[in-house]
Amino acid sequence: MSSAVDKSKVPWWVSNLIVPIVNLILALLVSALFIFIAGENPIEAVKLIIYGSFGYIEGFAYTLYYTTNFIFTGLAFAVAFHCRLFNIGGEGQAYIGGLGVYFAAIHFSFLPVPIVWILAIAGAIVFGGAWAFIPAYLQAKRGSHVVITTIMFNFIASSLMIYLLVDVIRDTNQMGPHTIAVAKELWFPTFKEFGELIGIKVRYSPLNLSFLLAIAASVFVWFLVWRTKWGYEMRAVGHNTQAAIYAGISPYKNIIIAMVISGGLAGLLAINEVLGVHHKIVSGFPAGYGFTGIAVALMGRNHPIGIFPAALLFGILYQGGSEVTFDMPNISRYMFVAVQGVIILFSGALENLFRPQVESFFVNKLNIRKKG
Amino acid sequence: MEIFADLASLLNSTLRISTPLIFAAMAGLFAERSGVIDFSLEGKMLTAAFVAAVGSYYFGSPWLGLILAIIACVSLSMLHGFASVTHKGDQVVSCVAINILMIGLTTALAAAWFGQAGLTPTLTDEQRFLEITFPFADAIRSIPIIGFIYSDILSGHYIFVYLAYISVPIVFWIVFKTSFGLRLRAVGENPSAVDSAGINVFAMRYKALMINGVLIAFAGAHLSTAVNANFFREMSAGRGYLALAALIFGKWHPKTALIACLLFGFTDALQIRLQGVELPAIGTIPVQLIQAIPYVLTVVLLAGFVGKAIGPRAIGQPYIKER
Repeated sequence: MSSAVDKSKVPWWVSNLIVPIVNLILALLVSALFIFIAGENPIEAVKLIIYGSFGYIEGFAYTLYYTTNFIFTGLAFAVAFHCRLFNIGGEGQAYIGGLGVYFAAIHFSFLPVPIVWILAIAGAIVFGGAWAFIPAYLQAKRGSHVVITTIMFNFIASSLMIYLLVDVIRDTNQMGPHTIAVAKELWFPTFKEFGELIGIKVRYSPLNLSFLLAIAASVFVWFLVWRTKWGYEMRAVGHNTQAAIYAGISPYKNIIIAMVISGGLAGLLAINEVLGVHHKIVSGFPAGYGFTGIAVALMGRNHPIGIFPAALLFGILYQGGSEVTFDMPNISRYMFVAVQGVIILFSGALENLFRPQVESFFVNKLNIRKKG
Repeated sequence: MEIFADLASLLNSTLRISTPLIFAAMAGLFAERSGVIDFSLEGKMLTAAFVAAVGSYYFGSPWLGLILAIIACVSLSMLHGFASVTHKGDQVVSCVAINILMIGLTTALAAAWFGQAGLTPTLTDEQRFLEITFPFADAIRSIPIIGFIYSDILSGHYIFVYLAYISVPIVFWIVFKTSFGLRLRAVGENPSAVDSAGINVFAMRYKALMINGVLIAFAGAHLSTAVNANFFREMSAGRGYLALAALIFGKWHPKTALIACLLFGFTDALQIRLQGVELPAIGTIPVQLIQAIPYVLTVVLLAGFVGKAIGPRAIGQPYIKER
């Protein structure tokens, strides 16, 4: 199983573009099989997905709204992963991040709107980061595996938030477990309002200003991981902890920094959901986006430039998928959770399945061309 | 007398609740002792629950359901092996993939085949495992202490409960008293030494994963064809992770892992018992917070307040054979 070709001779676009695409195609073929087993026609499902996500402007706006969430959670997973940490607690960190957003929006609403927004963003980062800090600390100091602790923290966050939403910060005039709405002027402007500004009429969609925040976060992550000393140290620890220690880099410090930044990014999901869509904390708003971030990051090879198309793909699957679940009674939204699992399998765990064959195929082809 | 009745029901539920944890911890023990991380216990338990319930529903026999669950779980273990042993993929990623895949697929297929929002049909008594009452349980109930232990705590459980406790000494014997067990542990500690002794590292890891798949199937079948009479979505509720935490806390040893599982089981039994009960000085604790106790306990135990856990040395590392 050693690599069939000399790594240095493989062009970058083969290993970073062709191989991931081959893996994705394999994953989608397996997913098509699942849809077939569930008793529906996979080709019809693909048609519905494409129509639902691109076929009309609101559908596309929905796609980008989901993309926003997946960029945040994908970046969150990627940052921790560069330090070789599996932060699968994005779900809980985003949930707790919602508290930060809510408190900033409720308690500082007397300040000018842009300042409250900045405070809300800071609140999301601080609360999400704090929720990641404890697993990070336990991993760094006590060696408790971050996968188990972050999963436990998801369960704990869920219990805690339901408790708060039912007993403490609930809107007592309403039946459901959610808070009161934040002041209307604090609501993030939506795509519909942008459209009105430039004279395009579109119907409501949840796409809002957070999309631009997601792009900014991507640039931030790129800068942090590849252009700062912090990022360098984080990657050094992730790549070879022993070597990093010899170089005077503290793994403890970097484990904590990477996890806190990761938690903060996951917390930003709450900006999109609380300020952009629901305008309050509703129970269970992270709705699996945190887990999907794992698939997004692995597919995007943990780089912001890869994460964007991966997030878009999952946005398409989510939005198109809801079209499918609407039209095909045998397909539930859980089918698309399964699809995520398949994508993680093929672009993560089995990423080397056909890599040697694909790489040697292209290297041989290029060699022939050079000789000819 | 009420205290006795309370205690009996608490201990009785502890034995029952610990059962899937014990199977899962023993399953994890084989994989991890051979050097393969297994976070996918959760996904496999869920799969077993689904397959056992569906199999039993269609074929009318819980035993057939169990066999199908074993086949399904062994296949998933083989998939994990294919990705992480043969193709040297990242073991944690492979586990996360299996978990997410099976959370989705079980509920999606349940919804596709049975509608009902991801539930499988309720099994009849012939289609599920029933409680086993020990002989003379009623007759000797009145004898003090012995009757209490025999009739109220030990008797009246599902077959899986007894199997789980029997499995622990068997696992201990296999892992620590047989040559297979010696090789298994050696593969997890120092695979290249095992390789140079002429033993196939990959084959050993695959064998360990196969046993892992069989054991975890029992945990899932217990959930859907014994304690409950159907499958519902995400019914494993983190038990796979709790079992893994118990395994780590038990330092990858069957006996200590069993104690950890019982501790988790007891905490869970206690939290169910405490729901809505008014405690002296504290009052009623909100139910959501009580439900979080087992998860908090997991974190606390893992934090190693009782000593640092050191796992098999080669765990998580794919073995690369030198040429």
